[in-house]
Amino acid sequence: MKMNPLKVIKNGVITENPILVQCIGLCPALATSTSAVNGMGMGIAAAAVLVGSNVVISAIRKFVPDEIRIPIFIVLIAGFVTVTQFLISGFFPELDKSLGIFIPLIVVNCVILARAEAFAFKNGALDSLFDGIGTGLGFTIALTALGAARELLGNGTIFDIKLTPAGFQPGLLAILPPGGFIALGIFMGAFRKYQERKAARQGKPEPVHAAGCAGCAMSGQCGAAAKGGGN
Amino acid sequence: MELLWIFLGSIFVNNIILSLFLGNCPFLGVSTKSGTAKGMGVAVIFVLVLASIMTWLAYNFVLVPLDLRYLYTLAFILIIAALVQFVELALKKINPALYKSLGIFLPLITTNCAVLGVAVINMNEGYGLAASVVNAFGSSAGFLLAIILMAGIRERIDDNADIPKCLRGLPIALVTAGLMSIAFMGFAGLIK
Repeated sequence: MKMNPLKVIKNGVITENPILVQCIGLCPALATSTSAVNGMGMGIAAAAVLVGSNVVISAIRKFVPDEIRIPIFIVLIAGFVTVTQFLISGFFPELDKSLGIFIPLIVVNCVILARAEAFAFKNGALDSLFDGIGTGLGFTIALTALGAARELLGNGTIFDIKLTPAGFQPGLLAILPPGGFIALGIFMGAFRKYQERKAARQGKPEPVHAAGCAGCAMSGQCGAAAKGGGN
Repeated sequence: MELLWIFLGSIFVNNIILSLFLGNCPFLGVSTKSGTAKGMGVAVIFVLVLASIMTWLAYNFVLVPLDLRYLYTLAFILIIAALVQFVELALKKINPALYKSLGIFLPLITTNCAVLGVAVINMNEGYGLAASVVNAFGSSAGFLLAIILMAGIRERIDDNADIPKCLRGLPIALVTAGLMSIAFMGFAGLIK
């Protein structure tokens, strides 16, 4: 199946934006978006791992038995994460310090496993490359925007450039943990509004929103858990 | 005494979800009903405590002596994945009743960043075995507390027609979590 690279990329950035539409990979998004630089650093690190794992997984997909594919994906992803971890601590020690344990935690970032499962395992290496770039870009843009908004409100700066007048009293709450939750909630709501408007303008039915971790690779079991679980 | 501070600190002050942002996917995905939330929380306690023991042993008796510390990410995730599979099989054989209530949650926990996150925190803090277990138990108890509170709130607000349509579901749950997080900041003075 031949796909248009631009369409695949646009799909990752807007139509299926991992944070705002699929609502996966929220932990790093909340934790590392305390400033635009941190958000962007995390986004790029995760995108690099995603592109690498997507390409390798789609290249070896014919040799991987179905039953043990998830452990194989995880080992591959962990390998890429270890490499990324070394590169960051070697070249950007500052970023390494502020991202902290969220660099090793890229392994369990559901965006990467979800793309491996939903796209790379079913498509060719070139398409998977573009899918990785698109989804990674969507992740990075969402994190940078979230980081910029929180940094502006909580510190009066964006990318460490002062933008607010001298009398501005920064609201520290925005860069503390609660600010992350609230800012992401508002971002997500605003994006949904935009989608609804767009759908209405084009006369399409309203988009169905992800109820939780539905986009996650484990959603099969998760859905089962949400329905049949509990006592 | 120090263990008590680690325990209280990991439940309230550094609550794994509301202040460290670990394990948000199940927190937001499985918190629509309180029964399910309770099952998930208990399963997380179970796996987290076991995983922190196993990763501590592997780190201190395999990775450190062989000078392979830099492979910890790979080693930990493999241990956690294998452990979850093993627990699932063992539980099925030994205690089918418990398996019925917890089993469905177990596969999800492999990719729950809380498990790997707590293992990495234990390693970075240089905790001994006892402190690691206490930290794991406290963190996962904090998870249980947060997810039960969240499920209780969401059961009441999810059908509320006053919420703007675009905010229903996840966005309003995130804002709610933010408000809970502000409340939990009040615990910060509990431990110096």
